[in-house]
Amino acid sequence: MVQWTDFERQTIQSIFGKMDYDDVGPAALSRCLIVYPWTQRYFGNFGNLSNAAAIQGNPKVAAHGKTVLQGLVLAVKNMDNIKATFTELSVLHSEKLRVDPDNFRLLADCLTIVVAARMGAAFTADVQGAFQKFLAIVVCSLCRQYH
Amino acid sequence: MSLTAKDKSVVKAFWGKVSGKADVVGAEALGRMLTAYPQTKTYFSKWADLSPGSDPVKKHGAVIMGAIGNAVGLMDNLVGGLSALSDLHAFTLRVDPGNFKILSHNILVTLAIHFPRDFTPEVHIAVDKFLAALSAALADKYR
Repeated sequence: MVQWTDFERQTIQSIFGKMDYDDVGPAALSRCLIVYPWTQRYFGNFGNLSNAAAIQGNPKVAAHGKTVLQGLVLAVKNMDNIKATFTELSVLHSEKLRVDPDNFRLLADCLTIVVAARMGAAFTADVQGAFQKFLAIVVCSLCRQYH
Repeated sequence: MSLTAKDKSVVKAFWGKVSGKADVVGAEALGRMLTAYPQTKTYFSKWADLSPGSDPVKKHGAVIMGAIGNAVGLMDNLVGGLSALSDLHAFTLRVDPGNFKILSHNILVTLAIHFPRDFTPEVHIAVDKFLAALSAALADKYR
């Protein structure tokens, strides 16, 4: 069972409470597809991903970025039970989508960078630590059902 | 994942903007790493104060960013150019090379905060590749 300090709990709630999901989700996913181009392997039916501009303007990427972020919001609402909350999503990513779990870490890093850029100086070292702990737990929960 | 001519020119152009704030970026990246990845503190047991903004962190952050800035000019031969630093890290400091990736990530986060408009995905990929190549060159002499 994950132990959250009050600071960590408040930090995560605050970040997601103030976040524009429709901006951050698409920005994080498109950045991941651009910076780590091999991640495009999972999006063969998304149309034009041939360059950064195409990826950033691609409506399917944007829609999927929002979907991914809604998944994270689920974890924010169930911070004391992320593992159980994500059981089905983990099975989905393992059995159906067959996503190499290393990709979760790549997306998490891109999300950290997007959130850092939006928050500026408010994204202090301690806030970064809390945010990355949260993402590490989400990633771990997504990996759990792989076998 | 070698550096293309385009990667090099993107890094050089972006570093033109970064170099004025290099000390600040270095200090902040190091402070973030020590806070968000506490296992990295094990390499700095001699420092009295490991908090972000402390004197040793500021000083050492500037040293690191200075070396990275030099490496921008050495991109055509990072292994050769970083040979002495690789010796230092391999035989004296003995930093586990996994930590180069961690520090690189924190440099990227710091750059995103200080240059939100300039740190586009295209710049991000070029700088990430540069830091990865630099890390590999730094680890060259390890074994």
